[in-house]
Amino acid sequence: MSDSGVGPRLDTQADTRPDIRFERLADDAWLIAFDAPVASIIDPETNARVHALAARIRAAAPGWLRDLVPAYATLAVFFDLDATDAETARDWLHAQSLDDVADAQASASHVIEIPVLYGGAFGEDLDAVAAELDITADTLISRHCAALYTVAMIGFAPGFPYLSGLDPSLALPRLATPRTRVPAGSVAIGGAQTGIYPRESPGGWRLLGRTPLRLFDPQRASPSLLAPGDRVRFVAIDDDTFARLGPDA
Amino acid sequence: MSRCAWHVIAPGALTTVQDLGRVGWRHLGVGRAGALDPASAALANRMVGNPPDAAVLEITLTGPTLALSQPARIALCGAGIDARFDDARTGLHTVPGGRPVDLPAGVLRLGAIRSGLRAWLAVAGGLDVPRVLGSRSTDLRGGFGGLHGQALRSGDALPLGQQPALDPLEPQAPAWWVALDTAPPNASPIRYVPAGDLPARIEAARALATRDWRIDPRSDRQGLRCSGAPIVATLPEQISAPVAPGTLQLPPDGQPIVLLADAQTVGGYPRLGHVISVDLPRLAQLRAGDALRFEAVTADAATLLRRKCDAELARALFAVDDRLRHA
Repeated sequence: MSDSGVGPRLDTQADTRPDIRFERLADDAWLIAFDAPVASIIDPETNARVHALAARIRAAAPGWLRDLVPAYATLAVFFDLDATDAETARDWLHAQSLDDVADAQASASHVIEIPVLYGGAFGEDLDAVAAELDITADTLISRHCAALYTVAMIGFAPGFPYLSGLDPSLALPRLATPRTRVPAGSVAIGGAQTGIYPRESPGGWRLLGRTPLRLFDPQRASPSLLAPGDRVRFVAIDDDTFARLGPDA
Repeated sequence: MSRCAWHVIAPGALTTVQDLGRVGWRHLGVGRAGALDPASAALANRMVGNPPDAAVLEITLTGPTLALSQPARIALCGAGIDARFDDARTGLHTVPGGRPVDLPAGVLRLGAIRSGLRAWLAVAGGLDVPRVLGSRSTDLRGGFGGLHGQALRSGDALPLGQQPALDPLEPQAPAWWVALDTAPPNASPIRYVPAGDLPARIEAARALATRDWRIDPRSDRQGLRCSGAPIVATLPEQISAPVAPGTLQLPPDGQPIVLLADAQTVGGYPRLGHVISVDLPRLAQLRAGDALRFEAVTADAATLLRRKCDAELARALFAVDDRLRHA
């Protein structure tokens, strides 16, 4: 059954659209890759197209659809091998992808406000980050709160949002040595992105503050506070508000 | 008919509650989890009269010691495991695998796995832990599902579903047994479909099949780490993209990783392709230090092998039904 001559087109196919590619991710999954203007950087327009296509596929809800994973410039589609075959699924997905640009423009997302207590014990790196950027901590906070972010994807851990839209002046490399323990709710910057740790875990991002909201709870009807494609804004709060909004309040 | 729980006297090396996994939540970062060999879990379930997605115990390396306050019907599938039953009245009995075994109240001692790494234990009525996000599987990284979101611990109470009426005087098992005809993991290469677009990636994917690998001790349900002569490749920087159970990743150190059922949902390492689904259960039986080789196949070949494997499971399930009917 083996094929020692592994050809370059073994698990891809030529498409009529030059800017998307279908790759086999697993026996039961296709990866749809969008060509971004610069492949290695995070491009908001490409990401919007990913979310638009994901929304279109989810709305159509073919019976064989098992999972749909939007990421920065790629979309994974998991299918039920007992209900379809890979080629049928790919042809259907390809047809859906032909008009995604219009969707991207039409898609409206709601804005979710995330309250954050910045600095102090809850944002251990705030002062160091401000010093490194040569700005005051207040300026750092106001710039972090000013932006309207997009949940580019969720990953790393259940409910962990990768938020695009960070003010470029706040981009910072990750810690050389990751922390072994980052508390749940930590709001952090990693490279050109910002994110929130849903659960205590190791992590290498710079900690600015903490939200009292519970990002992920498998017992809730909507387990994740945020979904891919959602818009997010951070709102600075004080200790009292944090205590009032906290999970034990 | 009554409900009961098993008392965990000792947990074993890593014993988790698993079913066929969690589907429909990957977009929120929730992985599949589930038995690393779904066919063995389904077969064990069939032997005790359960549906294929009933929750079972996945046993790794050494098994747990469990106190049964009431009789139970169990079945063990997967790797061969030393299993004994300590009955207060009749002493120590060997518990055979690959068939239903009726046990009186007593202590079930699951010892070392003899060859391979993992076995699956089904009990009539299933393990009655709550479904979380549609599944009873343990999500070890997320800390939910299964029994309290973690591996078994000493002192745990493992709840069981509706128990059949049984009252064996001592362990009772039929003489027949049924097993899946699975090639041992090191008998033949693990097959993968190479990723193929960029020349550098094609070359790196091809290199996987050209050398001998060993299983690194840091392997777990999330990923199987291979060690060997590193694959040196100049691959373009990749922004995080979805991954799946079976995805072959190449970290900068050139030592490939095969993602398994507990794989995260997205990853940033370059992908070399994916191990075909029929060979993932074989990977579940590899121990640290075991040798393995890879062989490239086409996606079409993977489909044919999948059908063959489904037919093999159907044959085994039929054989179980047939023997139970004529018991």
